[in-house]
Amino acid sequence: MRRTLYLLAAFLAPTLGAGSSAASAQSKVVILSTTTSTQDSGLLDVLVPMFERTSGYSVKTVSVGTGQALALAARGEADVALVHASSLEKQYVADGKMHNRRLVMYNDFVLIGPAEDPAGIKGMAKVAEALKKVAGARARFVSRGDKSGTHVLELGLWKLAGVEPKGAWYIESGQGMGQTLVIANERAAYTLTDRATFLAFQQRVKLPILVEKDRLLLNVYSVMEVNPANGPRVNAAGGKAFADFMVSPATQAAIKSFGVSMYGQALFVPIAGKTEEEIGG
Amino acid sequence: MELIWDGIRQAFLLLLGMDREVLAITWLSFQIAATSTGLALAVGIPLGTLIALTRFPARALVVSLINTGMGLPPVVVGLFVSIFLWRGGPLGFFELLYTPAAIVIAQFVIAAPIVTGLTLAAVQQIPPMFRLQMVAIGASRGQLLWLLLREARLPMLAAVMAGFGGVISEIGASMMVGGNIRGQTRVLTTATVMETTKGSFDVAIALSVILLAMTFLVNYLLTALQQRRRPS
Repeated sequence: MRRTLYLLAAFLAPTLGAGSSAASAQSKVVILSTTTSTQDSGLLDVLVPMFERTSGYSVKTVSVGTGQALALAARGEADVALVHASSLEKQYVADGKMHNRRLVMYNDFVLIGPAEDPAGIKGMAKVAEALKKVAGARARFVSRGDKSGTHVLELGLWKLAGVEPKGAWYIESGQGMGQTLVIANERAAYTLTDRATFLAFQQRVKLPILVEKDRLLLNVYSVMEVNPANGPRVNAAGGKAFADFMVSPATQAAIKSFGVSMYGQALFVPIAGKTEEEIGG
Repeated sequence: MELIWDGIRQAFLLLLGMDREVLAITWLSFQIAATSTGLALAVGIPLGTLIALTRFPARALVVSLINTGMGLPPVVVGLFVSIFLWRGGPLGFFELLYTPAAIVIAQFVIAAPIVTGLTLAAVQQIPPMFRLQMVAIGASRGQLLWLLLREARLPMLAAVMAGFGGVISEIGASMMVGGNIRGQTRVLTTATVMETTKGSFDVAIALSVILLAMTFLVNYLLTALQQRRRPS
C-alpha cells in the first residue's frame, strides 16, 4: 500500500508541479487566444518560439474559432487575441473589451467547388453574385457553421447576395476548415475556404478554385490586447508584448517568407502599419 | 487502406526514431492518466467499500448518482471544470487552466465514479455469509475489511482498468481544460484530433496506433496481475 502511494506521489510531482510553477510565474505566461487557421497552417509553430526566445515570456496558445477566441478574451480568459473577423473585432473594440487593434497580415479566401460546376460560377469576378447562382441552382454548399472568422465572412457574403441560406442544399459542418474541406470534397459541394488551408489539403481535396481575387475575399488578421478590466489576472504587459511582437519588422519578415519552401508560395502577406482602406484596393 | 498501412509504418518510425515530441506526448498522456486513475482509486476504493458495507437513508439515491456518474460525458466534465478553473472562476487564483494539473482534475472527476461504482459492486457481490464466517472465527474490523478487499480484488482490478481506460481515451475534457498546447498539455488524443483537422491523416493514425499500443500494454500488465493466482 505504501509503495502504491509513493508511486502515486512520483507521478503527481511532475504533473502538478507544472501547474504550481505556472501560477508562481504568473506574469511570465501569456495566453494567446487565436483561430485554428493560424495554428493549422503551422505559422504559430514558427512565431511563438521566436517570441518566447526574445521576450522571456512563455505562451499558452488556445486555438479555437474566432467567435470563441473573442468570447474568451472578453471574459479576461486570455491576454491577447489574434483573429480574423473584422466586423466582429470592431464590435468588441467598440464595446471596450479589446484594445489597440492592429492589422498583422492577410491571406485570401477562395470559393471552390466541383469541377463540373453545376451552378456555372467559374471565373466570376463578384463572389456575392456567384453565391446567388449557387443558391439559385440549389447546388450543395458546405458551411463551417461554427461562428469562426470564415463563417462570419460567409454569412456576410450571403447577406450581400440577398440570399438566406437554408434548405437541404446548405450543409453546416460545425467543424474546422480542414474537416469542412474533406466533407465538401466527399459531397462534391461548393465551399468557401482560406487559401492556406486549401493549399495544405491539396493532396486530399480535388475541388478546383472557381472564384477568387474579389476584394471581399480578403482575410485580414489583426492582433488586439485584452482590456485588463475584463477579468482578474489579465496579463496586460504580456499581451502588449505579444501584440508588439506581431507587428515588429522581424516578425513581419518571418510571416512574409512562411510557407514558401513548403508550398512554393507565401501563405500570408504582412501588412503591419497599414489600414484596411490601403490594402483593399 | 493504403493510408492505414502508411500510418502504422509511420507509428513505428516515430517510435523507433525516438521522435522526441511524440515520446514526450506519449509519456505525458500516460503520466496524466496514471495520476488521475491513482487519485480516483485513492478516493473510489474507500468510498465504494464504505457504501457497500453500510446502510443509511437515501442510500439508493447515492448509489444511483454514482452509477450515473460512471457515464459522465467527458465534454460536460471539461466544460464545468473549465468554468471553475477560469481566471474569473471560483478556483481561478490557482491559475491551473491549460496545465496538466487541470487535465488530471477533469480526468479524476471522470474516473472517480467509475472506480467507486465498480468497487461498490465488487464488495457487494461477496456473499454476506463470508462476513459472518470471518467475524465468527474472530476477525477484527480491520482484518475483516482487509479480507473483504482481498476477496474483491479481481473485480477491483477491473475497476482500475475501466478507470484508466476511461481517462486515457477521453478527448473532450483534455481538449477543453488542457487546450492542446504544444509541449505543455498536448496528449495523444488531442494531438490525434489536431493532426486530423490539419489533414495529416498518416500522423493521426500513427498517434492512434501508439495510443492503442499503450492502452493494451497497461491492460496486459493489469490482466497478468489479475490472473496471476486465481482464488479457488
